[in-house]
Amino acid sequence: MKVCLYFQVHQPHRLKKYGVFDIGQNSNYFDEEKNREIMKKVANKCYLPTNKLLLELIKKYDGDFKVSFSITGTAIEQFEKYSPEVLELFKDLAATGKVEFLSETYYHSLSYMFSKEEFEAQVMMHQKKIKELFNQEPKIFRNTELIFNNELANFIEGFGYKGILAEGADHILGWKSPNYIYKAKTTNKLKLLLKNYKLSDDIAFRFSQQSWKDHPLTVEKFANWISESPGETINLFMDYETFGEHQWEETGIFEFLKKMPEELINRGIKFVNPSELLAIETKDELDMHSFVSWADVERDLSAWLGNKIQKSAIGELYEMEQKIKLLKDKELLEVWRKLTTSDHFYYMCTKWFNDGDVHKYFNPYDSPYEAFIAFMNILNDMAQRITNTNNTHNVNNTMNIKTDESYKTITSKTKMKLSETPSQILK
Amino acid sequence: MKILMLGWEFPPVYSGGLGTACYGLTKGLSKTDVEVTFVMPTGPDNIKGEFVNLIVADKLLKKLNVKKVETILTPYLSSEAYKDEYLRIMKKGNEGILYGRDLFEEVLRYSERVKLISMDEEFDVIHAHDWMTYKAGIKAKNATGKPLVVHIHATEFDRTGGNNLNQQVYDLEREGFHTADKIIAVSNYTKSIVVRHYGIKPDKVVVVHNAVEFNEKVVYNIKKTDKVVLFLGRITLQKGPDYFLEAARKVLKKDSNIKFVFAGSGDMETRMIERAAEMGISKKVLFAGFLKGKDVNKAYQMADVYVMPSVSEPFGITPLEAMRSGTPVIISKQSGVSEVINHVLKVDFWDVNDIASKILAVINYRTLTHELKHHGSLEVLKFDWKIPAKKCAKVYEGVAK
Repeated sequence: MKVCLYFQVHQPHRLKKYGVFDIGQNSNYFDEEKNREIMKKVANKCYLPTNKLLLELIKKYDGDFKVSFSITGTAIEQFEKYSPEVLELFKDLAATGKVEFLSETYYHSLSYMFSKEEFEAQVMMHQKKIKELFNQEPKIFRNTELIFNNELANFIEGFGYKGILAEGADHILGWKSPNYIYKAKTTNKLKLLLKNYKLSDDIAFRFSQQSWKDHPLTVEKFANWISESPGETINLFMDYETFGEHQWEETGIFEFLKKMPEELINRGIKFVNPSELLAIETKDELDMHSFVSWADVERDLSAWLGNKIQKSAIGELYEMEQKIKLLKDKELLEVWRKLTTSDHFYYMCTKWFNDGDVHKYFNPYDSPYEAFIAFMNILNDMAQRITNTNNTHNVNNTMNIKTDESYKTITSKTKMKLSETPSQILK
Repeated sequence: MKILMLGWEFPPVYSGGLGTACYGLTKGLSKTDVEVTFVMPTGPDNIKGEFVNLIVADKLLKKLNVKKVETILTPYLSSEAYKDEYLRIMKKGNEGILYGRDLFEEVLRYSERVKLISMDEEFDVIHAHDWMTYKAGIKAKNATGKPLVVHIHATEFDRTGGNNLNQQVYDLEREGFHTADKIIAVSNYTKSIVVRHYGIKPDKVVVVHNAVEFNEKVVYNIKKTDKVVLFLGRITLQKGPDYFLEAARKVLKKDSNIKFVFAGSGDMETRMIERAAEMGISKKVLFAGFLKGKDVNKAYQMADVYVMPSVSEPFGITPLEAMRSGTPVIISKQSGVSEVINHVLKVDFWDVNDIASKILAVINYRTLTHELKHHGSLEVLKFDWKIPAKKCAKVYEGVAK
């Protein structure tokens, strides 16, 4: 039995509470103060201590312990700005030769569903950044929030990747086990590395949950579960912030991680990185026609595209893409790209808002409506900047607010762009 | 369980949220095994309770003599001239007139009458709504030895915004809170005021949030060309009409095809009319007066967004009424109702920029309106009066032991 650890590292560029009266007055969309504050906090609670611990463990077990990461471009930018020591430690980890970095969209975006051109650009940007920082050329791809379907697999294979990560969702696997390597049905030989969500979530979500029957989770217990599992590999995929941020230090999460290598190695379990899994023969083909993600119980796209405000906001954003690109204004394009980060749409989700506060923790806004209003106001300001840049002699000072009335036509346009993707996202 | 309930208003005689709440609560209680006798100070001759035994104190005991107490004239409605308001309503020949020429005199007269009524009636618990009835509640308690529950719908701190408190009103409230066996507050927000400003131990206060009536919805055929932003409530300091007007001015600078409607009356009404004129937006700001019954529902349906910018709102039933009509709502965070509703936009009452910004967002972003309407009209369904009624029944059981 093998175990593959992969941690997702991500921080979005959070937006300010940008009001209607800011439109045309200022174009400071990003809440630098909050972003710095959060980065400092998470660095202290998670990134710094966990990076140090992993370095220690890798040295101690001399190659028998290894981990993999995917770090988004937006997180890297904020490490560079607010917490460069975290980035240095990631470089130290890379230098051990035991740490693999995966590929994804630089902006942690949903661009695959809305613009293949932008998707490709963001994947290339990310590759370049990873090469620059860690001198690695990723062979494995993971899409934002593990969003995946057959067409994406084809597309990714076309980029030359050998494998891709996906959620081992029950409704896809049926009786099949996530502990094997599969081939994505519509591809030639792209390998699917599936998350064992039960064992992953035991750590990521249930570790400190006192109502859980297996609480407290000891390393011994967990190691036994793994060694008793059938299959080739257990893929433990989770947010890196699990360590120290989602599960606080007091829960014993660091002790758990510290003891994990020894307990697993003693049971004859081998740590591997995603690209090593490529050597395993495929068990079967998997057909994933509809989009699957690792979010919530639904494991679909409803966390980002579940309601009308989310759809109209993202529709408006991508409607602007070509206009922005035609301007050849680097700064404006960068701002636009920062807005493609999936978190902005996640904040607009209303599905848990009725009685759940579970997701409030991750939401810098008081409500999904606040998130939507700020986002739309920003798009309005962007639209004005486009107009002003296009026609500097005819500056329109009336500051008309663009409504989202055009949303219907936009979504139909988006649908056309999606023609190669039969699963229609925007109904 | 039998309750002697003391209230200052009860539909059709009411001026605002207090009457609405008493009606809803007693209706909710009528579905439990609690039997309510409701004593109000005054009312029309033909008044009858649908589901409560309604006693109108001044009809029953006309001959009672109450010693007249010389006192400064003090309003329930606001910090400004109660007398002006009284005379104004009298002039209009409004049958909804509630109070006597001197409110304290009325309060005292009522309390004496209630004391006598209490000695005649059979009941287990006295339940008194707001400071006007606390004296009566205390007298009834002293006369009969029955436990007293006082219900806080508003405090003097809410009505005055914390400035120029009326000492007499404050003292009556304080006496009521301290004499009561249990206190019901309409929100945690109100509970905290009671604990902070009246020296009450937190565990003496039970929070029972209000609810809203669900009648069969009538859809009105409303023709309009402009977008409508609605203020509905007493035009008094507590309700923040001046912040509404400031926001209106800001909105109109961006979009002149919007009308702002004040539905309600109050001591700040003339000032608001003058202020709108000063701002040069009189054409866009309409004053509809005090609305009742179906006119209220019409107003909500006409509105594209309802704004409640209260400076201090113990609960605030009107946002629920607006949501019931499928109207998007912007409410002050300084309100009890904001503790219990999600699918609305929340603002600080003083942040007129934010109020204006959100009004424009609702008006311009169609999908936002859609989400607010959709989720709002579903969310409001959970505010059934049966729930607060049950909580009150539990409080009665607790004190009756």
